[in-house]
Order: sequence, then structure tokens, then C-alpha cells
Amino acid sequence: MITRRNFCKKSLLLIGGMAVPLAALEIFNPGRLSAEKDDPAKVRWVFLVDTFKCVGCGFCVRACKLENEIPYDANVSRTWVERYVVTKDGQVHTDSPKAARDGFTSKSIDQASRGLLEIKDEDIDKAFFVPKLCNQCDNPPCVQVCPVGATYQTPDGVVLVDRTWCIGCGYCVMGCPYGVRFFHPVYKAAEKCNFCYHRISKGLKSACVEACPFGARRIGNIKDPEDPVTRIIMTERVAVLKEEYGTKPQVFYLGMSREVK
Amino acid sequence: MSHVWRPLFVAAGVVVVILVLRVILVPNDFGIHERGYMYGWHRKGNEADWKNISVKYRTTEYCRQCHRDKYEDIRNSPHGSIMCENCHGPAMNHPQDPRSLEINRSRALCVRCHFKLPYSASRRGSIKGINPATHHPEVECVLCHYPHNPLRAPVKKEANQ
Repeated sequence: MITRRNFCKKSLLLIGGMAVPLAALEIFNPGRLSAEKDDPAKVRWVFLVDTFKCVGCGFCVRACKLENEIPYDANVSRTWVERYVVTKDGQVHTDSPKAARDGFTSKSIDQASRGLLEIKDEDIDKAFFVPKLCNQCDNPPCVQVCPVGATYQTPDGVVLVDRTWCIGCGYCVMGCPYGVRFFHPVYKAAEKCNFCYHRISKGLKSACVEACPFGARRIGNIKDPEDPVTRIIMTERVAVLKEEYGTKPQVFYLGMSREVK
Repeated sequence: MSHVWRPLFVAAGVVVVILVLRVILVPNDFGIHERGYMYGWHRKGNEADWKNISVKYRTTEYCRQCHRDKYEDIRNSPHGSIMCENCHGPAMNHPQDPRSLEINRSRALCVRCHFKLPYSASRRGSIKGINPATHHPEVECVLCHYPHNPLRAPVKKEANQ
């Protein structure tokens, strides 16, 4: 027979035991802790896009295609510029003809198979341009789904594709919530923006950053507190795309509007 | 009992063949690297492959070394922030390869920015623009406008003086 004293003692013990979080029972690895304390990677590339400054000239898309040998007339691109036109009745119209390779030289919205949409000047509530590129996520879903280890993240945060190892299954193309991946028509392998890894590792800036005459695209190192891009990201009102997916995207947008998806 | 062992030997043989093939086919540097198994499982040598891609856009700093006059020409004009290679094409290893670069005089190049779009929420709305269908169609913009310094008086006005 259980006594009242025993019952109270045991139930307190049980409740106390249940209150101990699992994390408290974790055995610490001093090596890992010290590695995390002084992070070996001194560089983490991030991108800053200013949607006020972008005028939709498309020089970035042209420079990207030529720099990274993406077939110029194929309908694929590592980066593109979207036009958002919000009309006074609240409707949002977007287009990106030829990924904006030749800029926006028409007032009509390209609706693909549904033809062109003419919008009268006086009906426009607001209109702006949004450049898009790979977000080099901290939790890249495209890397997790690769069954063969052909895509991976470098220590400085850039997600790369091993063209010789890619089997072309297309899981990563489907897995990316931002739609930045595609198949390279020549190499027949998954292709994506890598912030011009060959340029940034030589101390140059990405081709699109150099090509932008308006300073709408900037690249920086978030681990350097003196970097002007880091300062803006830390102090200004920046937004990221599809934050709710938990991918931790590393392309930050200034002046992001509610309509942008 | 041999009828039991024989298929087992065959299965074991297949496993051995797969393991041997794996050693031959998978590169030595393939494995788990800095970002752990989930994000860093790859062939390490591929990082160097990407770094070795040739640079095509050499930036204005490269052009300035020889074309100092053109650099000074455009530097303080409203077009000063446009890099040379946007209109002249990527320099690559110019002057060796290619020997000469293009001079893009097409209207399509200018209207990238100067096609008038009434977008006040964007900087595009404040750029001086035209409608290429009505603004002297069929002539090159450079016939009147000097691209390195658009503030210079239009050529036609100069001719009239």
C-alpha cells in the first residue's frame, strides 16, 4: 500500500522530471562549442536590392547571361526583373518579358498565352520593378532534396551545383520556392545564380552589380560589420522574400511592397 | 544446404562489386565538408572548378587603363554611372581577344531606360523619356545625342548656330 507521503514524493519527482527540458540532458561537445564561438568562415555573402532605384533597364540580366554563359536567346536566366503594376481597382499585374533581358520598352503587360494587357496611365496606382536572383538561403531546400550530393553550400554561404555530378532529376528545380533553378540547355545540368562565384572569390563584384547603373543591386559580406551593405541590412527596414518558408533567404530588399511574391 | 548458400554468395558478390565500383567511381574529395551532411555533402574540387571560370566583364577600371580620354569624357556626365561594357560588350581579354569591341548604337539600347513609363513609385518615372514610335523613328539616337555626355548640346542645334 502506498502511503500519502510516498505518493506526494513520487508525484513531485515525476512532475519535476517532466519539467527538465531535453536540451538540459544534451551532452556538450567542447570542440563544437569552441568552433561555433570563433566561426571559421570570415565571409558570408549577402545581397541587397533597392526596389526604388531599379528602373527595369535589364542591363543586369544581359550582363549575367554573357558573364555566366547562359544561352542568350534561350528562355532561361539566372536573374530576372519583374514589373509590378497595381491598378486603382486593386489588381496586381506582373510580367518579365524575356526575363527583362532587353528591359521594359512597352507599356503593355505581357501575359504570355493570354496576350498583351494595355493599362491606361491614369489607371495606375503604383508601379515598380523588382530584380530577382538566387537567395543563397541559409537553409537551402534545393540542397536538401538533391539525392546525389551534386548541389551544396560553400563555407561562405553560396549554393553551387556540380555539373559533372548532377543527374538531372529536377528535384531541386521543384524544391526551390523562389523558382530560381532551371536546366542549362548546353550542360544539361541544374543551373542557378551563384552571385558570380568566380568573380566574388577574386575580389570583384557580381556582374549584375557592376552592370547596374543605379546602384539597385549590391553585394556584401554580412560577417564584416564595416561593410556598407551590412550596415544597411542591420539598420534599415529590409525585407526578404517568402520568409514563412523558413529558408532564411540572404537577399534583402529595400522598399519591398506588399504585392511582391 | 548448397541451394541456400549459393544465392547468398551471389548477393554477397553483388555487394562486393558495388563497393569496389564505388571506390573507383567516387572521387577522393567527395564527402561531408564544412556545412555538414545536410548542406555540405559534395565533391570539394567543384568549388575550385567554379572559381576558375573566366571573368568576362572587366569593369570600368580595366577600360580606364588605356581609354583615359573616354573615361574622363563620361565620368562627370549623367551617364557616368553606366559602365563601359554595358554598351560596348564584355571586354574579356581585349585588346588581344577580342581585338575590337562593339559600339552598340541601336535605339533598343537607349530605350531600356529612356522609354517613358509613368511609374512614379519607381525611379524610372523621373528619367527623361520618349516614345520611340513617335520620337524621330528610324534614326539612331546618337545622330543627335552624344551618349558619353547627354548634356552636350544636340548635334542639330550645333549645326544651326
